[in-house]
Amino acid sequence: MAQHSRKGAQFQAVTANRLADGIVVYLTAANEWSVSLQDADVAEGKEAAEALLARGQKFYVPDILVVDIYLFEVEKTDGGIRASSVREIIRQAGPTVRTDLGKQAEIDGVHA
Amino acid sequence: MYRYDQFDQQLVDERVTEFSGQVARRLSGELAEDDFKPLRLMNGVYLQLHSYMLRIAIPYGTLSSRQVRKLAEIERVYDKGYGHFTTRQNLQLHWPALKDVPAILRELASVEMHCIQTSGNCIRNTTSDHHAGAVPGELEDPRVICEIIRQWSTFHPEFSYLPRKFKIAVSATEHDRAAIRIHDIGVQVVTNAAGEIGYEVWVGGGLGRTPIIGKKIADFVPREDLLAYLESILRVYNMFGRRDNSYKARIKILVHEIGAEDMRRQVEAEFAEVKTRGVLQLPDDEVARIEKYFAAPAWEDLSDDVPEIDALAAKDKGFAEWLRNNVSAHKVPGYSIVNVSLKPIGLTPGDCSADQMDVLADIADKYAFSEIRVAHEQNLCLAHVRKRDLHEVYQALNASELATPNIGLITDQIACPGLDYCNLANARSIVIAQRLSERFSDIEFQKKIGRLHVNMSGCINACGHHHVGHIGILGVDKKGVEYYQVTLGGAADETAAVGDIVGPAFTEGEIIDAIDTIVETYLGLRQDGEIFIDTYRRVGVQPFKDKLYATH
Amino acid sequence: MQLIKNGSFVQDEWTTLADDEALPASGPVIVSLERFNTEQNLLLAREGKLGIRLKSGQEPTPIAPYLDRLALVALEFPTYRNGRAYSYARMLRDRFGFKGEVRAVGGVLRDQFFYMSRVGFDALEVDDNITPEAYADAVSTFTEVYQPSADGRERVMSLRQRLAAKAGQHA
Ligand code: SF4
Repeated sequence: MAQHSRKGAQFQAVTANRLADGIVVYLTAANEWSVSLQDADVAEGKEAAEALLARGQKFYVPDILVVDIYLFEVEKTDGGIRASSVREIIRQAGPTVRTDLGKQAEIDGVHA
Repeated sequence: MYRYDQFDQQLVDERVTEFSGQVARRLSGELAEDDFKPLRLMNGVYLQLHSYMLRIAIPYGTLSSRQVRKLAEIERVYDKGYGHFTTRQNLQLHWPALKDVPAILRELASVEMHCIQTSGNCIRNTTSDHHAGAVPGELEDPRVICEIIRQWSTFHPEFSYLPRKFKIAVSATEHDRAAIRIHDIGVQVVTNAAGEIGYEVWVGGGLGRTPIIGKKIADFVPREDLLAYLESILRVYNMFGRRDNSYKARIKILVHEIGAEDMRRQVEAEFAEVKTRGVLQLPDDEVARIEKYFAAPAWEDLSDDVPEIDALAAKDKGFAEWLRNNVSAHKVPGYSIVNVSLKPIGLTPGDCSADQMDVLADIADKYAFSEIRVAHEQNLCLAHVRKRDLHEVYQALNASELATPNIGLITDQIACPGLDYCNLANARSIVIAQRLSERFSDIEFQKKIGRLHVNMSGCINACGHHHVGHIGILGVDKKGVEYYQVTLGGAADETAAVGDIVGPAFTEGEIIDAIDTIVETYLGLRQDGEIFIDTYRRVGVQPFKDKLYATH
Repeated sequence: MQLIKNGSFVQDEWTTLADDEALPASGPVIVSLERFNTEQNLLLAREGKLGIRLKSGQEPTPIAPYLDRLALVALEFPTYRNGRAYSYARMLRDRFGFKGEVRAVGGVLRDQFFYMSRVGFDALEVDDNITPEAYADAVSTFTEVYQPSADGRERVMSLRQRLAAKAGQHA
């Protein structure tokens, strides 16, 4: 799978797409998959991140909830959790060319 | 246009049942994702950034108004009210849920449509000229042979697990609107000395990481042997194409490695074998049966001079502009081909809303024999419109933002979905297309620039055909930041060429100015009657390099 | 692994020999092309049926002269994605007229049974979780076919012609 975090990334979260409808989701501290990045559990450092991914994958075992699980880099800011790469910013918000569509039009806590 | 008979319909219905079963097995957990993925990929279902994507096949880019209405309905019920037309004349839905795909397929089957072989390493949708059956100088309607190829390639038992995907395109006029030289197989309809119809065959064209223009390996394959010839090429490819590296697995690499001559010899040897068995010969009456579906509509006997249209054009500047840019000559007096631009200034190239589709279906019913075509440039087309109806058609299109008079001009850009939607993208492409079209929105300036094809892709897969744009823009990723590489001098028609990389990539902030510099440089250098590509071919890349990188 | 032969789940009577394995005095054996090439005389003179197993890069033309003395050719699918052997099977049947068993081994998915049966495989080595129902289902998904292939099924094109001819007679 493609690399979605820089080497030595400080903060990372786990994301996936829901199997039934493909919607982007994030692994929460309560082991649920939330549609909002703001609900994501954020791991600090490499080991914690790997543990977080392992938790997501364990959770993935029934294999009918989500697909394509991976770690990606985030930043913690006053405004909440922010995705670092353009790709992940777009995934948590929706197409930049259709701001009327996707999470940016449906839920709070989305950032551009 | 072609209509399914009982056999075609049964096959598509059976496919819906099969895929519905596969989806059910996946959703219940009986099938694991790894086992399901190849199955969904055989049916045009991709997982993209925000959701799934479903690619619907539009064989050789021909749709009926009934089909267009059904697509609009599907977009409203199962998606977000729009779809995206691609360079392969297909339609992509960006937001379908996997659990709804079986229902969508049933709806599609009800209007003789499907998603079969719109992805996967198989023979994909055969594409063709969107002016087929209408354009002057055509030897035969290329869609007849396309339909024959469609049937032969559908669920081909031997060629469904090829080394890589396989694309075939057919053109029946000298001027190639189907870009056959950048396809795995390009078929050019020709006649021999005796005046019989046959096919010239090009092989090994393709874009992606290693862009290559196809090579001609047959000058004349008689019509009854075309399937045998195609099967021979596919067999050579299936047996000898590389499977060790997906970037080297397309037939273009095989042809490149063994050489066109050797390829021709191997294909001819295989062809001799296939021909002796005779089973693939095309029976005349089957060709005739399919030809009937593409018979010319009931054209009226009309004069080619329509003074009232000239008078309206004199009064209505927008109409005059549209007439000049978007309307092409038809082979029958009194008729025109209307090209429908899906490139309104500042919006997404190739996107079409459900409402626009309904409007188009109505216009097609009223003025264009209920038929709508998809062009590989991501535009649509009404192939047979009476000249005297042109003003009404213009007004109806214009009311729905479907009459931007920019066909073939700099704002008529090809752009893939890029990083706004696509899982494989390195950078956004739509947003660059939008900014570029805003920068060059002045129609007078566009006309001054003249015909200029700008193509952009969000990654090296080149769905936006950037290598063969007169100006090509490729999105690249440098440590999570979007950059844009520019190529110049590409062409997709009968003068097909791969563009030259002009130099280091530009940032998102620089790219529009860079294109501006290229255009200005060309305007400064061009001689009488030249369009961009002529000037480029005359002067080469250097003057553009000098201007682009002088200030950096 | 289980074996499906002509649509039935059967006991495999064949032994696939590793290249360094001693040749049994009798009984049907499958050997690699390499072993066949080095021990050809011995193998052909032996009691008992002989089969050759071809790897994905080994096309069948070199064994064509021996086909009348072979009872089986096994074709390997290194992964289900590698479809070379579909063409090999067709060559064996259509070009060389091979009448013995053509067996698919390796990456063989349920959703490929239909295609395999069409190109000339009459035996498939499949996963243990494949049931007779799943097999029957997979090969009967499509009633008609568009292409002629090694299974000799009539293509839709000729069905149409026959239908038209019949309609013509009644007219
Ligand atoms: S060119 Fe790349 S980014 Fe664009 S649609 Fe194709 S795969 Fe996606």
